[in-house]
Amino acid sequence: MSEMTPDAVRHLAGLARIALSDEEVARLAGELGAIVEAVESVQSVATDDVPPTSHPVPLGNVFRDDVVGETLTTEEASAGAPDHDGTRFRVTAILGEEQ
Amino acid sequence: MSDITALSASELAESLTAGDLSSVDITQAHLDRIEATEGIVGSFLARSETALDTAQQSDDRRKKGEARSLLDGIPVAIKDVLCTTDMVTTAGSRILEGWIPPYDATVVRKLRESGLVPLGKTNMDEFAMGSSTEHSGYHVTKNPWDTSRAPGGSGGGSAAAVAARQAPVAIGSDTGGSIRQPAAFTGTVGVKPTYGGVSRYGVIALASSLDQVGPVSRTVRDSAIIHDVIGGHDPHDSTSIPTPWASMTEAADTGARAADLAGLRVGVVKQLVTEGLQAGVKQRFDEALELMAAHGAEIIEVDAPHCEYAVAAYYLVLPAEASSNLAKFDSVRFGLRVTPEGNPTVEDVMAATRDQGFGDEVKRRIILGTYALSAGYYDAYYGSAQKVRTLIQRDFAQAFEKVDVLVSPSAPTTAFPLGAKLDDPLAMWVGDLTTIPVNLAGIPGMSLPMGLDPEDGLPVGLQLMAPAYEDARLYQAGATLERLFFERDGYVVSSRTPEVV
Repeated sequence: MSEMTPDAVRHLAGLARIALSDEEVARLAGELGAIVEAVESVQSVATDDVPPTSHPVPLGNVFRDDVVGETLTTEEASAGAPDHDGTRFRVTAILGEEQ
Repeated sequence: MSDITALSASELAESLTAGDLSSVDITQAHLDRIEATEGIVGSFLARSETALDTAQQSDDRRKKGEARSLLDGIPVAIKDVLCTTDMVTTAGSRILEGWIPPYDATVVRKLRESGLVPLGKTNMDEFAMGSSTEHSGYHVTKNPWDTSRAPGGSGGGSAAAVAARQAPVAIGSDTGGSIRQPAAFTGTVGVKPTYGGVSRYGVIALASSLDQVGPVSRTVRDSAIIHDVIGGHDPHDSTSIPTPWASMTEAADTGARAADLAGLRVGVVKQLVTEGLQAGVKQRFDEALELMAAHGAEIIEVDAPHCEYAVAAYYLVLPAEASSNLAKFDSVRFGLRVTPEGNPTVEDVMAATRDQGFGDEVKRRIILGTYALSAGYYDAYYGSAQKVRTLIQRDFAQAFEKVDVLVSPSAPTTAFPLGAKLDDPLAMWVGDLTTIPVNLAGIPGMSLPMGLDPEDGLPVGLQLMAPAYEDARLYQAGATLERLFFERDGYVVSSRTPEVV
């Protein structure tokens, strides 16, 4: 398995959208290395003939009746947002300068 | 009437029906108890400002003969992972500080519809990630038995509130033991229902295929009556089981009346009674088995060999699902927003927000989950962990061909000192080895007190497990056992909880 290097942690943090500090990256590299080693034991019994279980209780596709339900108003839906204009969530630029 | 807060929810309900007490009396007594003890215990993240008004409305209904249920007017504490329209909901995280949800969780709606009186939101490890409540983004909750020790986690707030008599009953959530392990640590009763038995709608998701909401109480019967209120099908949750459920209260009453355990086949899971058990826990567990055998139960040792891999599988499945679920905390629709200097893009804002808003344990698990799900590693990690789930389910299915219920200690130790495991995440995780297999298999599990550790004097929990859909079996066997422990010891464990103040 690949080693949990600081660069690997930085890459994963980028995928997870967390701006880790250098100190956090260094600490996590050590911790995650030990953790990955500990959880790797699952591979020893996960042979090809065992089907995976994604979900403990077997349920098929679940549908509801196609009727209009009670939904949140725009006001309710935006009430907890850090910034909005009354009908839309407001964010900073989607694209950076280099894009 | 002696101290109101010492009464069980069932006893309080009888007093309400008889007219001996009003909901305002009961609610005020618990608010006073919170006021007196909260500075020491720290169970709550938010307290309701309308509890007395809600209690008054309950009393008015009852006077008119319009009580909504037998529990109308009974106070309840709610874990902060459940959405409430009248109280801030944070799941113990700073990223949701001050957030008031626009809707109630189905479980909260059902509590209100039955007339229960929410007292407040209880403390928890951030997003339910932890086993001591020390990973709360706000404060540490103390164990009422010994304030230098952890109340367990993630639902340490709910367990401590019930143990300290701040609330007669509470709601918890259990992804890998977060109801049962705190119950064991605080001398209370806690139940994780069958996966799909209680709605997850409005419950801030940790790991969607493992999370389950359940009751916390001081008696088996009180957990049963709350289970009956919150359980059942919910069209808002696509994993909710549509079949009807037996009455858990009736099961508990049947168990309490039973002369003994004759005919009950009790399986001892060899792999969950490990060498690492604290001596006093092992002693109380062995004594519990002797007690069961002396009262007619047949004790059978059973094998569940893949439980050995349960912790490893759990710490792949959970972080993988959590890393996906927590992607919603993106600084756009709710919660915290941290805007870095300069001209940050929305992604820069997200990353800065998530770095500041999430605690260390949450970041650790998100990064681990992102790794377990990333291209090239998916099959080796998440895929393998899902196969281990199949193997553990098969182990349990085989065991339940031979026995009616399975038993183990709820936790390998009694409550550990605050700070003891904070520097070593793996040490904290391994303590969950007794509770985790139950979540992976989706079966129901209960923790009930089986005595005090003779060395440290702290409560020891017995875990009962039943096949999926057979939650009633836990309440029936649990209620009989609770009575047998009382007859043996002459007291119930919760009655020995220190006064705190």
